[in-house]
Amino acid sequence: MTSQTEIAVSVTEAVQNALDYYEKKEEELIPILSKVNRELGFLPQEALEQISEKLKVPKSKVKSVASFYHMLSTKPLGRHVIKFCENAPCHVAGGGEIWSALKDATHLQAGETSPDGKWSLVTTSCLGLCAVGPVMVIDGDVYGNLTVDKVPEILGRYE
Amino acid sequence: MKNYRSMVLISNDPHSMVQGAQEIFDCIKTEVKKYQLEDEVSIAMASDISRMDIAPVVVVYPEAVVYGPMKIEDVPFLVEEHLYKGRVANRLQAPKKALSGPIAWLSAREGSLPAEQRIVLERAGVIDPESIDDYIIHDGYQALGKALGEMKPEDVIATLKNSGLRGRGGAGFPTGLKWSFVAGVKSDKKYVVCNADESEPGTFKDRLILEGDPHSIIEAMIIAGYAIGADEGYIYVRGEYELAQSRLKTAIQQAKEYGMLGKNIFGSAHSFELHVHAGAGAYVCGEETALLESIEGKRGEPRPRPPYPTTDGLWGKPTLINNVETLANVPAILRHGADWFKTFGTPSSPGTKVYTILGNVNKTGLVEVSMGITLREVISIYAKGMKSGATFKLAQTGGSSGSIIPASLQDTPMDYDSYAKAGVSLGSGALLICSEETCVIDLAKVLLQFFKFESCGKCNPCRIGNIRALQTLDRISEGLGTAQDIETLQSISKNLYEMSNCGLGQTAGAPLKDIINHFRAEVDAHIKLKVCPAGVCAMSGQSNLYK
Repeated sequence: MTSQTEIAVSVTEAVQNALDYYEKKEEELIPILSKVNRELGFLPQEALEQISEKLKVPKSKVKSVASFYHMLSTKPLGRHVIKFCENAPCHVAGGGEIWSALKDATHLQAGETSPDGKWSLVTTSCLGLCAVGPVMVIDGDVYGNLTVDKVPEILGRYE
Repeated sequence: MKNYRSMVLISNDPHSMVQGAQEIFDCIKTEVKKYQLEDEVSIAMASDISRMDIAPVVVVYPEAVVYGPMKIEDVPFLVEEHLYKGRVANRLQAPKKALSGPIAWLSAREGSLPAEQRIVLERAGVIDPESIDDYIIHDGYQALGKALGEMKPEDVIATLKNSGLRGRGGAGFPTGLKWSFVAGVKSDKKYVVCNADESEPGTFKDRLILEGDPHSIIEAMIIAGYAIGADEGYIYVRGEYELAQSRLKTAIQQAKEYGMLGKNIFGSAHSFELHVHAGAGAYVCGEETALLESIEGKRGEPRPRPPYPTTDGLWGKPTLINNVETLANVPAILRHGADWFKTFGTPSSPGTKVYTILGNVNKTGLVEVSMGITLREVISIYAKGMKSGATFKLAQTGGSSGSIIPASLQDTPMDYDSYAKAGVSLGSGALLICSEETCVIDLAKVLLQFFKFESCGKCNPCRIGNIRALQTLDRISEGLGTAQDIETLQSISKNLYEMSNCGLGQTAGAPLKDIINHFRAEVDAHIKLKVCPAGVCAMSGQSNLYK
């Protein structure tokens, strides 16, 4: 997950990179959006408009696809995104307490971004790491077998 | 998984604990160390393996000898005789007549190693998944050679039909039959699609197959293409599985270089092209028509059915869609024949199944075993028993869309027909084992929260029903439940099942039905007494969700 402050490439560049990488076809819309989302951290309106124009796909359709998939974000996110698995296997392993600890530590509710832009706290569906639940992912780093004690130490690793 | 020569299980039910099971466990450990056998013998405590009159029980595998009632002073003799010298200590054995009732299965497994039976995961962890040579050395692409060289497409389908392989994605539809449907449709273009959008909570079997043995899926898809007359295929991998995506891409590249993919494979008339399509995070895309929409670059909203994908699939063309685990069985079946495959599992569900074991047990993880083993065996043998002090209360099988099954069903063989007869679903093979500390209302809330989050919103019963159900459950968990609520939940469950457009909505109501059917007393305690027997629900008298 790229943090916002580190955006080195402009929106236009990111869109161009993605369009060069994939074929300019409607069926490649999801991979293209994913790539732009990875480079920019989210999908700004401008990017959606450019993609619509280049692929000759209506803006409404691009937007509807971008807002449908959970891994694509149409809103800017914090520098670090905490994805917490809230599904039954992690819950049975004690996930509820970890979720409360995360909300307390970041002062955020699900789906919120902190005012200083440091954290975004989101819930996610199963990550397929259930054998080591409860699980969370911060910027692509996976943390399993979580306990309440480990939460502050792990969050402390991120600037 | 480390290989042990013997496995020793000591019963740890409350009665055995009172009779000194812990001391016996410690003593066996010490004695085994004396003979320096600790690397050869695994020792664990397990619940559900004892009966009052022979407690505490010690079971030694692979011979499945049951000793009991075990006394601490006999332990040195047992270890010396059985584990060191390899002779059954006859005088300590439990009387045969005691091995009945709930522990009858212990002796039934006599002589068989409590090892796994691996077909689809045969190579995972053994070969380098990024080396096609390693795959070929381990019998890889042999089945493809056999199919293209010695078999007609209809022979391939006949072999599959004969093997009795059933879809491992959850529904258990006969695979050979599905292949013959697509093969029977006349069309200039057909597709083979592999459903690798594994998002069912608690399931990660497909990830291990894709990451550990990607070529087996590619081989199976080329064979499928040959059998049904398709020359193009897509593997739809969920966006979160990045390693699986990159391994598949590497494998496809290697297969192209070796001439397994492309034009005129092995000099035959069959050509096949394969693409990897990554998802972007949507559970509903595991539903096959939503998956097709997503490959076409659209929102993953399920299509109305019929028409089915077998006639009107990807871009309107006949399409064969199979789960990863199903496909991974295909090369082995063609290599060894249908009769070999039928030696595993039960007559109605031949073969093996990969289970993911989760929850309050000593050992979580993944096993591949023959179809038809029971939940009790999985818990006691492969999961090494419930965690200390925990009793088995319920299991949630098959991920969120599966069933909540009570302890009374733990001796039902796990195969498609036996489970269907019991009114429960085997689903994807996830086994979430819960102890008495799990509250059914709380569990149902988590499951409904999941369905609410993942509902695509296209059809009303699912979009609205899940929210209504969640609100009702939330009120019950806060001590605000009313007698009316049971009826409300039942009717939501029924409406979801009957009126939703796709499998997501149809199964979303299952947890509601299951908890009312199997755990009515606990639900009633919440509503009438305002008490959560497991002590999990807040019962605060205020609900955040119900406004």
